[in-house]
Amino acid sequence: LYLLQQCQENTMELTPENILGYINENNEVSNSRDLCTKMNWDHEKLFGICMSLVSKEMIVDKMHSDQIRSLTAEGRKVLENGSPEFLVYQGVGTEGTSKADLEKSLGKGVVNIGFSYCMKNKWIRFDKGTGLVTRSADNVHDTVSEELQNLENLDNSKLNLYKKRKMVEMVKQTHFSLTKGPKFALEVKTYEATLTADMIASGSWKELDFKPLNLSKGVKGLPPNGGHLHTLLKCRTMMKEIFLEMGFQEMPTNNYVESSFWNFDALFQPQQHPARDAHDTFFLSDPATAKDLPADYLKRVKEMHENGGSGSIGWRYNWSEDEARKNLLRTHTTAVSARMLYQLAQEKEFTPKKYFSIDKVFRNETLDPTHLAEFNQIEGLVADYNLTLGNLMGVIREFFSKLGLTNIKFKPAYNPYTEPSMEIFSYHEGHGKWLEIGNSGVFRPEMLTPMNLPEGVRVIAWGLSLERPTMIKYKYSNIRDLVGHKVDIDGVQKNTICRRGLGN
Amino acid sequence: MPTVSVVRDELFRELGKTYTDEEFEDLCFEFGIELDDVTTEKEMVRKELGLADDQMDEDEEIIYKIDIPANRYDLLCVEGISRALRIFLEKQATPTFVNDVAEGNEVQTMYVKPETALIRPHVVCATLRGVTFTKESYKSFIDLQDKLHQNLCRQRTLVAIGTHDLDTLKGPFRYEALPPEKIVFTPLKQTREFNAKDLMEFYKTDLKLKQYLHIIEDSPVYPVIYDSNDVVLSLPPIINGAHSAITLDTKDVFIECTATDHTKACITLNTVVTMFSQYCAQPFTIEPVKVIDQFEKERVYPDLGLKEFEVNQRAVCKAIGVDIEAEKIVSLLQKMQLFVEHKGEGNLLVRVPPTRSDILHACDIYEDVAIAWGYNNIVKELPTCMTVGKEFPLNQLSDLLRSELAMVGFTEILTWALCSVQENFVNVKREHLMETAVTIGNPKTLDFEVCRTSLLPCALKTLAANKDAPVPVKLFEVSDVILVSDEHESGAKNERRLLVLYSGKESGFEVVHGVLNRIMQVLGVPAELDNNNSSSNGEKGTGSDDAYSWRESQDKTFFPNRQATVLHKNKEIGIFGVVHPEVLKAFDIVYPCSALELNIEPFCYDQHGNSLL
Repeated sequence: LYLLQQCQENTMELTPENILGYINENNEVSNSRDLCTKMNWDHEKLFGICMSLVSKEMIVDKMHSDQIRSLTAEGRKVLENGSPEFLVYQGVGTEGTSKADLEKSLGKGVVNIGFSYCMKNKWIRFDKGTGLVTRSADNVHDTVSEELQNLENLDNSKLNLYKKRKMVEMVKQTHFSLTKGPKFALEVKTYEATLTADMIASGSWKELDFKPLNLSKGVKGLPPNGGHLHTLLKCRTMMKEIFLEMGFQEMPTNNYVESSFWNFDALFQPQQHPARDAHDTFFLSDPATAKDLPADYLKRVKEMHENGGSGSIGWRYNWSEDEARKNLLRTHTTAVSARMLYQLAQEKEFTPKKYFSIDKVFRNETLDPTHLAEFNQIEGLVADYNLTLGNLMGVIREFFSKLGLTNIKFKPAYNPYTEPSMEIFSYHEGHGKWLEIGNSGVFRPEMLTPMNLPEGVRVIAWGLSLERPTMIKYKYSNIRDLVGHKVDIDGVQKNTICRRGLGN
Repeated sequence: MPTVSVVRDELFRELGKTYTDEEFEDLCFEFGIELDDVTTEKEMVRKELGLADDQMDEDEEIIYKIDIPANRYDLLCVEGISRALRIFLEKQATPTFVNDVAEGNEVQTMYVKPETALIRPHVVCATLRGVTFTKESYKSFIDLQDKLHQNLCRQRTLVAIGTHDLDTLKGPFRYEALPPEKIVFTPLKQTREFNAKDLMEFYKTDLKLKQYLHIIEDSPVYPVIYDSNDVVLSLPPIINGAHSAITLDTKDVFIECTATDHTKACITLNTVVTMFSQYCAQPFTIEPVKVIDQFEKERVYPDLGLKEFEVNQRAVCKAIGVDIEAEKIVSLLQKMQLFVEHKGEGNLLVRVPPTRSDILHACDIYEDVAIAWGYNNIVKELPTCMTVGKEFPLNQLSDLLRSELAMVGFTEILTWALCSVQENFVNVKREHLMETAVTIGNPKTLDFEVCRTSLLPCALKTLAANKDAPVPVKLFEVSDVILVSDEHESGAKNERRLLVLYSGKESGFEVVHGVLNRIMQVLGVPAELDNNNSSSNGEKGTGSDDAYSWRESQDKTFFPNRQATVLHKNKEIGIFGVVHPEVLKAFDIVYPCSALELNIEPFCYDQHGNSLL
């Protein structure tokens, strides 16, 4: 009867129901591997089925691991062919042979090892004179291969010997134990993966069981396949919003090509100024010169450069109109500011203005990881009667505090068209030092007077690049990873939203 | 911004105080110069040779590299920096510079010949008597001339300085302009005579001097200065004569500045004499030189006269936003090297010494008050004027469309406005349109030859640089192209474009066509009716003026029979189609692409359809 029962058990199929039945009868599975041996089941398959039952909370699993004795590749070879010493003994044969012939038939590796064990076991002898190997025992037993067949019962000293001979090793083996789970049953219910429109229509969702979600860490949902805005332009939007909040009006900066007149002369930048050098500025060969410049204004600018006026001694040189007509790619958006202020001066009545712009400017620079030939300049300016340097500092402080930079200070600086001029520094916690973050100043009277702005009107302005704060915020060290064709599209898609501030 | 290297310990000796690097940095910050680097002579050499920094000797002299504002020529040498800081720290009064001829000395005279007007019309001169040079001050004297040549003198084009040992010469001097063959002399550092023509040829391989040759090379006459024995002092702006070379032992220094710009010549001369007259037997005393010009008009140089400005205490305070007493302003301005006299009722007469050539207007004096007061002591106050914020309509429209394009699944790129002729025209088979591009006259690299006339090449370039991106790749950009335009003042205009690029295993023509339809849908622009039928997707078309349409086109950039132009109000405003395989090959792109490029400016209008451009 016992035999019969065992026979039945051995033929039991590996199914979820049979596993559940077994647990029901025995209350547990203490060792999955023992069960597999007993039932002649595949352990991998058992594992798969149990995991699905675990996910349905029908059973609870616990993983264990053991160190077990296992044959190495070398050990398996012994089991298959016999131990090296046995092979050598057989190879010597009754007639005896030479070592070289042995190596030929058995291979050098086997002979090296087998020969020394045979000698130790006194199975063979070796005549140094003739080089002949002959048997010295009539009959031998391959105990090594026999013992390897019965690994579990080896004593420790034997075990260590075979470990040394690299025939046996200890390996980690996992098994698991099983007990009943909260939803234990003998039958496996089917679980629904998802709620469908049909289920809602029929109301069947009330009866159905839904598969628990896998909410373990690292398991993510499907990535949405929408589009993405560019990192730098997200920062542009942030900057723009700050200006709009502060009541600034955006200037039309969609004219990259500008005359030297508006880019330099109108700003009281003398014609021999180094910035007007071809080394720094892109001059154009086509269209090489500007056509229409406001004649009266041009005359007043010339006068101011050559002889000064309104309290200024001027630059005192011969101003050239041809030089002023030379076209270039604007080197700063202040060229547009000059146009705006000139227009403002032509109004019948002066009204205070706050202007801003964020747009491209061009410098004929040698490219490096932080400099490109084109970059975006952020510029803000306020025009009103009686503005002070303190007002400029106030508006700059407000602007940068909206950017999250609250610790700023000002350094005297030189700028050809502003006086006083100030560089703006901000303390950067990460770098542990003061970083220059912008430039500012009060436009020179020599710039404003020729425009015919009313006396007493002052214009305060500041500027910075858009790229620099964006690089700090998104931790870029090479500007070409951020803008231009070498931009990493994946980076654009993964960058965060642009919160206020330069931290991220 | 020029950088001046000064030996730290020498500077501290002059300042009478030792600073830590941080303390000195703070002083610089307050004064408006910048401690750019702390280094040593050997370290600079190591850097130049690209060697490791680690074997620094203990005894290396520390050098401060200090950035100087570009308009402060008086700070281009250690003498000027230490003097300015001593005065700023109220350890010294501003010196008064005097023109004087010591007994027994004869005033030197320089006669200017009319021919000089053809090449380099101005010359100004001065003499420093009884100078005692040390190794350091001699080096500083040479360095200052170098710095002035690089900055104010614009690589000697505007002004060139020559300094001579007066004891080797005999006045009066003549400034002439002669045919190069006729000028024969032994130049500095050479042992034989050259005529000026051969000399120019000789210097073509001289690393330092070759950059100045162009200034006079093509002129029929070269400027030259002789003494009364016909000894050549210099061939400005190239080289001095060997005969009158100054040495460490020179006592009397004759300085001549030849120039194309008289104002800058005077500033250059003043800078040299105000800095180095401190080493004269009579410090800060300069012996003037008479210059008799081509019209026999006599002028005496250097002009050390003080420029006068009248400023008012209330005006100063109003400009800065502070409340400072007149007497305080007087002492603040003294720290900035200015002489001030309080005339009563807050009226101040400010006299500006020749070292402060940067002061052109009262506003420069306001700045000096603010610096001496301390920028960071000024109370920060928001301007009180009320204004209303407003976006530029074209930018506002662009931003709205950018959001829509991101919403339909495209990723924004941002490319450069400058590109090569190859990319902008040849790669996209548009060689015939080359005249439409704004062309750069002085590009440093081939990458920046023209301004782009289309957004497509830049987008294809971006796609090519992102070969790893999983297909389909969907990109867009809303940016400006630049076109030659007779209607605009400068002769060129920007045009705001929208570009959509699709790249996948199949060309995706329908995808970009769909984006066009979507853009027009959100713009509220209806599709034009074809034969009075509604379009296939059931949308109602219209025959109104405002509608848009598309029709087959023959653009070489796109694949034949797989392209169309977009029409709006009878104008072509865009194009879409499958990008031609030859174009893809030129950009090294393997997957087929479709693109849409559209001018969005016609759609920049208000709710009533009035243009906001």
